[in-house]
Amino acid sequence: MAARSETESTPVKNRTGMERTSDRELVVTRIVDAPARIVFEAWTKPELLKQWWVPKSFGVSLLSCEADVRVGGQYRFVFGHGDSAPMAFFGKYIEVTPPSRLVWTNDEGQDPGPVTTLTLEDQGGKTLLVLRDVYPSKEALDAAMASGEKSGMCETFDQLDELLASRGAVSRQG
Amino acid sequence: MAKHSQAGLDASFAALSDATRRGVLEQLGRAEVSITALAEKFHMTLAGMMKHVGVLEQAGLVTTEKVGRVRTCKLGAHRLEQEAAWLERHRQLWDERFDALDKVVEDLKRKENSNGRKK
Repeated sequence: MAARSETESTPVKNRTGMERTSDRELVVTRIVDAPARIVFEAWTKPELLKQWWVPKSFGVSLLSCEADVRVGGQYRFVFGHGDSAPMAFFGKYIEVTPPSRLVWTNDEGQDPGPVTTLTLEDQGGKTLLVLRDVYPSKEALDAAMASGEKSGMCETFDQLDELLASRGAVSRQG
Repeated sequence: MAKHSQAGLDASFAALSDATRRGVLEQLGRAEVSITALAEKFHMTLAGMMKHVGVLEQAGLVTTEKVGRVRTCKLGAHRLEQEAAWLERHRQLWDERFDALDKVVEDLKRKENSNGRKK
């Protein structure tokens, strides 16, 4: 890594909070070093959204990213991973209040998904970002948490299959 | 690896190697269900389903409780640890996502500042 000059300020990394606040609610929080209108822009313009929604470390690629950010407008993100079939996440925006509030549905699952509310609160040049997922019921949130959230049971079963396959390999050796 | 955890893993794998039992876990992830209802759902005799639930119970994946004449099944004891682990995994996911958002936001701020100077 290149040496930094003493005068260059090293930004302090902001911490992400995550909490289950009730039987059917999950809350993610973060401070962003920019005014709310800039965060809102990064969240609502597809060409910006696709630069950060799927960081490289996720190991999946964003094949397409459409977002028609207005009340009733649809969004659709399609992810790819290796040779697996692409997976689509979609829903619609039900509230759009620039630059402080955005609410959307998550409709990709078989059962009704959570409704997500993003609020952006200006705090002296920074923004308090709060992302709230409200599930239709306690059972729905429990199920999401039991199954590896959005990828549904498939991912969990894939992992199980891998574990079982490796166990099989071990038995064969023995 | 400690012997007892090896035995635990063996029991878990054996329990999970059956499609019906995986299906039962999926159901229980949604809600607590009685053995009778599970038997109906999976088109099985009550005795057959009791055997499957017994295997899951042995592996610690499911617990059952008898209230009156109904035996209800739910996901096993490791639930709270699993929930904490799930939350931490998702916190990290969002953390990485927000780190990437920070970069995009920095770019936007820079552009805005340089546009401001041009005006």
